[in-house]
Amino acid sequence: MKRVKALLLVLTLVLSVGLCACSKDSKDSGNGGSTGKTDEKIKVGVVNNPASESGYREANVKDMEKVFSAENGYELKTFYSQKNDDQLKAAQGFITDGVDYLLISAAETTGWDDVLKKAKEAGIKVFLFDRMLSVSEDLYEAAVVSDMPKEGETAVNWLLSLNLPEYKVIHIQGAMGSDAQVGRTGALEAQFTSGKMKKVVQQTATWDEAEAKKIVETVINSGEDFNIIYAENDGMARGAVAALDAAGITHGVDGKVVVMGFDCNKWALKELLAGNWNYDGQCSPFQAQVISDIIKGVKKDYAKKIFSEEKGFDAKTITQADIDNYGLGE
Amino acid sequence: MDGKELLTMRHIKKQFPGVLALNDVDFTLRKGEIHALMGENGAGKSTLIKILTGVYQMDEGEVRIEGEKVSIHSPQAAQNSGISTVYQEITLCPNLTVAENMFIGRDNSLFSNRKKYEKRADELLKQLEIPAKSTQQLGRCSLAIQQMVAIARAVDMKCKVLILDEPTSSLDDKEVNMLFKLMRNLKSEGVGIIFVTHFLEQVYEVSDRITVLRNGELVGEYLTEELPQVELVSKMIGKALDELNSLGDPDETKKVSDEVFYEAEGLSSENALPFDFKIHKGEVNGFTGLLGSGRSESVRAIFGADKVTGGKIKIKGAQVKITKPIDAMKHGIGYLAEDRKRDGIIAELSVRENIILALQVMNGFFKPISRSESEAFADEYIKVLQIKTANRETPVGSLSGGNQQKVILARWLLTHPDYLILDEPTRGIDVGTKLEIQKLVLKLAEEGVSVTFISSEIEEMLRTCSRLIVMRDRHIVGELKGKELNQVQVMKTIAGGEA
Amino acid sequence: MKNKIKNVFSNGFGQLTIPIIAILILVIFNLIRDPGFFSIELTQNNDGNNVLAGNLISIIDNASELAIIAMGMTLVTAACGGQDISVGAAAAIAGSAFVKILSNAGTDGISGGLVLAAFLFACVVAMLFGAFNGTLVAVFKIQPMIATLILFTCGRSIAYWISGSATPNVASPIIDGIGRIIPGVPIPTPVLIVIAVAIIFKLVFHFTSLELLTQSVGINGNAARVNGINSTFIKILSFVILGICVAVAGSIGVCRMGQVSHDTLLLDIEMDAILAVAIGGNNLGGGKFKISGSILGAYIIQMLTITLYAMKVRSTDVKAYKAIVIVLLVVIGSPVVKAKVNKYISRLRSGRIKASEKGAGRT
Repeated sequence: MKRVKALLLVLTLVLSVGLCACSKDSKDSGNGGSTGKTDEKIKVGVVNNPASESGYREANVKDMEKVFSAENGYELKTFYSQKNDDQLKAAQGFITDGVDYLLISAAETTGWDDVLKKAKEAGIKVFLFDRMLSVSEDLYEAAVVSDMPKEGETAVNWLLSLNLPEYKVIHIQGAMGSDAQVGRTGALEAQFTSGKMKKVVQQTATWDEAEAKKIVETVINSGEDFNIIYAENDGMARGAVAALDAAGITHGVDGKVVVMGFDCNKWALKELLAGNWNYDGQCSPFQAQVISDIIKGVKKDYAKKIFSEEKGFDAKTITQADIDNYGLGE
Repeated sequence: MDGKELLTMRHIKKQFPGVLALNDVDFTLRKGEIHALMGENGAGKSTLIKILTGVYQMDEGEVRIEGEKVSIHSPQAAQNSGISTVYQEITLCPNLTVAENMFIGRDNSLFSNRKKYEKRADELLKQLEIPAKSTQQLGRCSLAIQQMVAIARAVDMKCKVLILDEPTSSLDDKEVNMLFKLMRNLKSEGVGIIFVTHFLEQVYEVSDRITVLRNGELVGEYLTEELPQVELVSKMIGKALDELNSLGDPDETKKVSDEVFYEAEGLSSENALPFDFKIHKGEVNGFTGLLGSGRSESVRAIFGADKVTGGKIKIKGAQVKITKPIDAMKHGIGYLAEDRKRDGIIAELSVRENIILALQVMNGFFKPISRSESEAFADEYIKVLQIKTANRETPVGSLSGGNQQKVILARWLLTHPDYLILDEPTRGIDVGTKLEIQKLVLKLAEEGVSVTFISSEIEEMLRTCSRLIVMRDRHIVGELKGKELNQVQVMKTIAGGEA
Repeated sequence: MKNKIKNVFSNGFGQLTIPIIAILILVIFNLIRDPGFFSIELTQNNDGNNVLAGNLISIIDNASELAIIAMGMTLVTAACGGQDISVGAAAAIAGSAFVKILSNAGTDGISGGLVLAAFLFACVVAMLFGAFNGTLVAVFKIQPMIATLILFTCGRSIAYWISGSATPNVASPIIDGIGRIIPGVPIPTPVLIVIAVAIIFKLVFHFTSLELLTQSVGINGNAARVNGINSTFIKILSFVILGICVAVAGSIGVCRMGQVSHDTLLLDIEMDAILAVAIGGNNLGGGKFKISGSILGAYIIQMLTITLYAMKVRSTDVKAYKAIVIVLLVVIGSPVVKAKVNKYISRLRSGRIKASEKGAGRT
C-alpha cells in the first residue's frame, strides 16, 4: 500500500510538473535561440502574450518570428506570458542581456515606467505593438497598434454603402470594456443614436460563440424582424449564423440577413468566399514588418503612434489570394 | 440544602408532529440540590431540558425561577435567567485555551485583557479544584477536564441552575469521582444541579432527589434515599424486575464449542500493542479495563478498523490477512463501533439504507440490493429489534440513541456474521433496550455466533460473557473464567490486585 | 403523482420544492410578460429539415452541456464535499482531443466510426484528468477546489497545445447531427443526449450500489470506512465519471459550432454547474443528493439567461440581474430559511388541527 501511495505521489508530481510545463511551453521556446554569430545580428527582445491566447495572437507570434528571423539579420529572444509581472521581469532580463531593441505587447497598461526608463538609460529602443501603455511618449520609439474605432467605422461605412431600405441590427458585443469591444461598438452606437439604424438588440456574448447563438435565437423566437448581424468577432458571428441556420433564415450574399464579423480568421474568410457571410473586418496582427522597416531605416518618417493598415473584406470581392494573405490560423 | 424552591416547571406540555413529547409535566429543583432526571429514551427528558434551555418552546405551562415567571424563548434568554447546560458532547472550542474557552463570547469589548482573564480563570479552577491551567489548549486536556472547564464557565456566569446532560458517559471512574466532587462543591454553594444519566449507581452516589418520567408523563418525584434501585428501574421501564433477574446466573458455566473460530498471534495496529487472542465458535467473551486501557483499540485491530501493523491471523484454522474492514467482513466478522456518531450511523440516510449498508458493501459494487429486497430487510429488522421509527425511510439521525444503536446492530445482523464484535453497544441507551441487547447477544451465541462484548458496566459483561479479558495500560493483564467471573475479581484485576 | 405534488407542499420543504417553485415563477413571469413566450412551432432549417423552434426549445437545447456537467458535478459534490472548478478547462481539453482525431482524417474522411473513436479518445483524456483531480482529492486529501485549481489554471493552455492552433474547424453531416439535429428528428440532438445521459445515470444507480456508497462516503467518511467502503475509490470514481460527463459536454459544444475554440468553449461553465447543483437543493458540503435537482437547476439557470436576453437587459447589467436571482434562490434554499419555513408550516398545520378538533367538538 505504501509503495502504491509513493508511486501515486510520484505520478502526481510528474503530472503537475508536466501540466505546468505545458502551460508555459511556449514561454521560453525562443530564449535559447541565440546563435554563435551574434556579431552582425541585430538583437531583438520580444515580450508578448502567449499564442494560445487567441487566433489573433497566434498569427501575431508567428509573424514576429518570421520577420525577425536569422535570415533577415536578427537575433530574436522571446518571452510569452499573460501575467504582467512575469512580462516585466522578462523585459528586465532582456535589458540586462543587452538587446538592441525591445518590443512589447503588455498584458496590462500600467507598471511599465521603470523598466522603460532603464531601457532608455541603456540605450535600448522600445517599440510597442498591438497594445498601448500608459507611459510618457518619450519612453518609446513608436507604437504600432490597431485602430479599433477605425475598424468599427470601416465596417459601418461598408454597411451604409449597401444602401439598404432599412437597417435592423442585432449587435453582439465582445467582453465588455475590452479595447476591441469599445472600438467596434462606437461607430455602430453612433448610428443607433442618430436613428439611421435601428437597434433590435445589443447584447454581450463575451466572445463566446455559444452565447451569441442564444442571443440570436431569443430574437428569432420573439418574432422581431432584423436584417443585419454585427458580431464583434468571427466566433460570435459563427454562433449567430448557427442560430439562423437552425431557424431556416437565409444569410450572406443574396440572403435575407447580412452577416458581419471581425478578425479575419481563415475559416471566416472562407465563409465569405462561399457567400455565407457578407463582411469581415481585419484586425491586423502584422506589426513586425513596420517595426523591422523602422529598425533598418527603410521607413524614416513615422509618427509616435502608427496605425496598422486594416481592411474590410466584402464577400462579393474577396479572393482566394486574400484568404491566403490575410487569413489567420490554418 | 435549605430546600428553597429554585426552579419550578408546572404543567409543561410539548407537542411534536405525531408525538406528544411532554404531557402536563411538573418539575421542581431546590437550592443546593442535585436532582437526577431519569427515564428511558423517549421518556421526555431531553425535551424537558431543551425547553429549559430555550432550544424548544413549550406549548403550555409555566417556568418560574426563584418564584418569578420567566419566558425562555432562546438559549441566550436561558443563560440570562441563570440556566447553564453542559452537554454530553463538549461544545467548547478545542483549539483555544482553557481561559479563552471560559470567557469567549461573554465580553462585549473588542480588546480583552488576556492576563486578567487568565488570572481569573486560574483562581476559579483552583477554587473548584479542577486540575487544569488557564493557558492550556483545551483540546489537549482529557474529556473530563474539558467538561469541568465547561462547568467552570457556567459557574463563572453566575448560573443558578446547572444542567449536566450525560456528563459521565465518556469518563472513567477516577474522572467521575473528580466530577462528583465538583458537583458537591457547587451544591454547597447553593447551585441547583439537574443531573441526567443512565448510570444508576451514579444516581445513588451523588443525587438527593429523583424525578422519573415515562412516555412524556411524570411518574413521580422521590428522595433518593427512600427509593431502592430496583424500584427506580421498575418505575422507569414500567414493569417489575423479574426479567432482569431471569437473564441467567453469572456463576453458571456456559458451554462453549471446542472449535476455535478466530485466532490472532502478535496482532498489532497503529493504536494497539501486539497481543494474542482467540475466540471459540458460539463463545461470548469480553474485553474490560478502564477507558484508555486499550480494549477498544484491540478489537479495532481485530476488525482492521485501525491500520494493522503486524500479526498472524487464523480463521477456522486457516491463515488469512485482515488489514482493512472489508477483509474482516468477507471473513464473517462484524463490528459495532464504540463511537456511534463517528463510526456508526450515516445520519442523513434512512433507516433502511443504514441497515443494508454493510451487506451491500459485502455484496460488492455491481450487485446492488434491490429496493424491494432492502425494504423487506429493513421491515424485518425493525420488527425483530423493535426499532422505534416513524417508517423505514426516516433519516436515522432523527432517531433516539438507543434506536440508532439498534439500526447498526441490525446492519451487522443482516450480514449474518460468524463473529460479531460489539463495542459499548449499550452506552447511552435506556434500561429496556440494554436488556434486549444482552438477550440478543446470548441468543446469537446459542446459534453458534462468536461474540466479543465490551461494556463499561461490568455487571452487564458478567451477565453475558463466559470469559473476560482484562486490560490495563494497553496490555492484557488477565483472563477470567468460570468462578473468577465476579465483580470483586474483575475489579482486582483491573486495579492490578492480582500481584 | 397527485400525492407527490401534494407532498411537495404539505411536507414542508422537500429537496425539489425550491427548484420547482423557481421554475413556476419564471414560467409565470414570462407568460405575463409575453403570453407567447413558450410557444413552439415547427419550421424548416436551412438544410431543409423540420425542426421545432421556440424559447422553450432554446432553453432546453442550450442547457444541455450545463445539465450534463451538473449531473457529474453532483456526484463529485456528494462524495467529496467540494466542487471541481476545472470542468470548463477540461471540456476544452476534451473538445480539442475530439477535434484532433477528426482533423487528422481531413474533411471528407469523417465517418461514424471515426467520430465514435474521437469521442472515446476525448472520454479517455477527460477521464485521465478526472483521475488526476480525484487522486489529489482522495489520496492526498487536498480540498477539491484547490486541487482542481491546477487544471483550471492551465487546462485551456493544454487544450491549445493539443489543438496546435487557435480554432480548428470540423465540418461533416455527422458532426451537425450531433450538435444540431438529425434529419427527420425535429428535436435538437443535445436534448436527446441529455436524456440519454440521465437514463445512463439512472441505470448506473440501478445496477450498482454507487448511490448508496457515494452518499455514505459524503455524509460520514469514518463510518463508511469502518463499514468496509473504499472511500478513496469512490471519490476518484466520482471524478472519473465527471470526466466522462465533461467529455460528452465538450463534444456537444464542439459539434454545435463545428469548431473548437479553446478559450471560449464552455467558458465559465464550472460556476454555473456548481450553482445548478446548489439550486437543485443538493448540499454543497456533500452527502445526500438528487441528480434530478441538478438537472432542474441547469434548466433554471438557462431559463433565467434566456429570459434576460428576451427582456433586452443591457449587456453590462445581465450578470448583476443573474446574481440577484441566484442569491435569492440560494438564500431561500438555505438550511436556515428552510428550517424557519418548516417551523411556520408546522405551526400552521397544528393550528389547523386544533381548529378542526374544535370544529369536531362542536358538532
